[in-house]
Amino acid sequence: MSEHTVPADLSGHMLDLDEDEDLEVFSKSTSLADGSSMPNSPSSMVNQYRLEEDDEEQQNGNTKDIFITVDNPESHVTAIETFIMYRVLTKTTRSEFDSCEYEVHRRYQDFLWLRSKLEENYPTLIIHPLPEKFVMKGMVERFSNDFIETRRKALHRFLNKISEHPILSYNQHFKVFLTAQELAPHRKQSAGFLSRMGETVRAVANSVRGLSSRPEEFTLMQEYLENFSNKICSVNKVTQRVIKEQREYLDELKQYSPTYVQWAGLEGELAEPLKDVASCVERCSKETEEQIQHLSQVLLPILHEYVLCGETLKAVMRRRDNIQAEFEAKNETLASKKADKEAMQVEVDGLADRVEMANNALKGDWSHWQNSMRTDLKSAFISTAEKNVEYYEKCLAVWELFLLSQRVEPRKELDEEDVS
Amino acid sequence: MMADSGSSEEIAVIGNTDLISDESENNLINTMVERETALLRKMEINVTEAEKRSGKNTVNMQETYTVYLIETRLYNRPAETVPEGGTPAVPDTLWRRYSEFELLRTYLLVTYPYIIIPPLPEKRAEFVWHKLSADNLDPDFVERRRVGLENFLLRVASHPVLSNDKIFFRFLTEEKGWREAVLETGFQDKVDSRLKSLSAMFRVKNPDKRFTALKQYSDELNTVISHLLRVRARVADRLYGVYKVHGNYGRVFSEWSAIEKEMGDGLQSAGHHMDTYAASIDDILEEEEHYADQVKEYLFYTDAVRSVCRKHELSQYDLEMAAQDLAYKKQQKEELATGIVRVFSLKGMTSKLFGQESQEQREIRLAALEQSIQEGEETVKEKNAECQEFVRTAWEDIERFKEQKDKDLREALISYAVVQISMCKKGIQVWSNAKECFSKM
Repeated sequence: MSEHTVPADLSGHMLDLDEDEDLEVFSKSTSLADGSSMPNSPSSMVNQYRLEEDDEEQQNGNTKDIFITVDNPESHVTAIETFIMYRVLTKTTRSEFDSCEYEVHRRYQDFLWLRSKLEENYPTLIIHPLPEKFVMKGMVERFSNDFIETRRKALHRFLNKISEHPILSYNQHFKVFLTAQELAPHRKQSAGFLSRMGETVRAVANSVRGLSSRPEEFTLMQEYLENFSNKICSVNKVTQRVIKEQREYLDELKQYSPTYVQWAGLEGELAEPLKDVASCVERCSKETEEQIQHLSQVLLPILHEYVLCGETLKAVMRRRDNIQAEFEAKNETLASKKADKEAMQVEVDGLADRVEMANNALKGDWSHWQNSMRTDLKSAFISTAEKNVEYYEKCLAVWELFLLSQRVEPRKELDEEDVS
Repeated sequence: MMADSGSSEEIAVIGNTDLISDESENNLINTMVERETALLRKMEINVTEAEKRSGKNTVNMQETYTVYLIETRLYNRPAETVPEGGTPAVPDTLWRRYSEFELLRTYLLVTYPYIIIPPLPEKRAEFVWHKLSADNLDPDFVERRRVGLENFLLRVASHPVLSNDKIFFRFLTEEKGWREAVLETGFQDKVDSRLKSLSAMFRVKNPDKRFTALKQYSDELNTVISHLLRVRARVADRLYGVYKVHGNYGRVFSEWSAIEKEMGDGLQSAGHHMDTYAASIDDILEEEEHYADQVKEYLFYTDAVRSVCRKHELSQYDLEMAAQDLAYKKQQKEELATGIVRVFSLKGMTSKLFGQESQEQREIRLAALEQSIQEGEETVKEKNAECQEFVRTAWEDIERFKEQKDKDLREALISYAVVQISMCKKGIQVWSNAKECFSKM
């Protein structure tokens, strides 16, 4: 018999949400998941699209003209390494595409490449984050079932977010990503690495200088962002904790049902109601299992993505600040120059334009992102609430059935065999 | 030392008789009808309050204890008619502490050894899950104990045999002087110290097989119920954790809503529902605790059942010992009469060594033995009758108990289902409300 001590308050259940915690671990399992099957036509694809991700709405009522799925993860083994290849299927009616259907295979690195190119091209647009490279908390297999499936879904969402974006969707690199059989030659062509280096150096230099004044709206944006980031992290942590508690509850529940069965073994008349209770508890265990799964597979990934979004947005704000800082630096230099002003003026004008473009891009994208965020989170929360209602409804039915069977059943006759 | 053959006939052959099914059925019918006893027909019994008291104990040290108020109401009608609630006269009340209940129970145990005496609620909180305090002075524990004590009194008052006991009646009605009255009955002298030794295995040659089976059942039931209660407590603990963690959603949503324009209201109100959800577990588990108490009562009942089985063993043992003793004496007489020594005895030895005793001496000894044998036969007859009577009365009560147990526990399981249903309904409501709030985001 275990006796627990009583905490004076409930602080054990109130989480310290300011604490930095590692992100969650994926479970171990060695078999690969099967990808979902590809529909044959754009219209049937719409149905599948809705079934898989009901959190994505159509853009402003415009008809979607491009459909992308990521599926069929397959393990590839070479002499040097092992990695997963995902199948990327595109169906489109857009004129820029030579064909209306494409099937290519991409690995995680390719997605990274795509995203970095997009960031390079549009420093102040909000580009959806990719799932993380690797989460190490203890020894976790990189190729566990859950890990691959979670990643696949995230990659799928990533490409769809890009395709929904009014600007990013028409990017050249995006097109190449979707259509080229071999991505390697295209990857070698870009001078991305060097330009990223340059950007970093400039960024450092500028941050040392500081910003003279940031437009009000971006300051507000920054403030909001910090708070949002903070809150979404907290919600993520709470959700992780809920899952943990649920799992521990389930473990105990699994031991509970057998105790009734054991008891039933000793009894005569009482055996049946005891066995019925045991099966009720077992049924509820199964429902609990499903509920936990839903949380892990539907709510948690979305929350996680928006945690990453927070970081993305902070980076975007930094880049915008840098662009402004660069302009200001050059502008100052121009002001203090005595001769050769013309050439520099051109440069400065160019930078001024750049600032304006960057600001407009961000402003425009900001409301797009906010809508998207609201839709995604709203849908995930609704889905969670629905699942919980469903869970309780199922359990309710189980117990009501038991009650019914107990009240209707007549008392057994006296000449029934006694226990002894 | 003892010849087994020839003596078995003298030992009572109670062990293998089975009550024929008709008799068994009759017993059941009789006990069912007597649920409403004469006592309960004229009196209403309640344990209504609990209070803390301080006083000096037997070693003159200050102590704090709890007293419970027993309220009894005599119905203002002739005892034969069944009252419809009766005209509520002013109730008689008196205060009793737990140790007095214990004294009453001990008295009943000794006075009615063939009856399964209802158990008292636990002295100290066991099978706690983390929220419940293990402290005896904790108000929740005291409250549950109050209910348990009332239940104990009602069990005794509704028992066909126990309800007629005068000491029990005085316990309910006489605050002072009751203690003296109990001690005056001299029940302590009847306490068989052998009952206390748990490990003593009395080699009973012919136990009643029904009692053997009952004892085994009772032990197994004890194990099974203990296990169940332990696991239930752990499940309750975990469930508590799940619900309370959701309270964090309430807090975070509220803070988050402050920075959002469109999503603010939805988040805020959803947060409130999360708080409601987190708070709801307290009542749910409180209700479930009553179920646990119902099951616990039968856990404690197993001790009472075991006790009756042991008393049967002891009475059977006493009978067998008496019969054995008688057989030995008869043997001795035979030896003395015939001069044939069949078994080693000191007397026989000394006779061989030092010569036979005189005829006179032999006759004196024979006479003494005859006397002893006669007494022995009386004793065996007595013990036999006692044993049979014990088996008869005990088994009557056991059948009554089995009926009661099946009925009560079935009700308990039903009440457990009711708690689960209530929990599910609350869950449905809260999450439906939350969903509506999320939809407004």
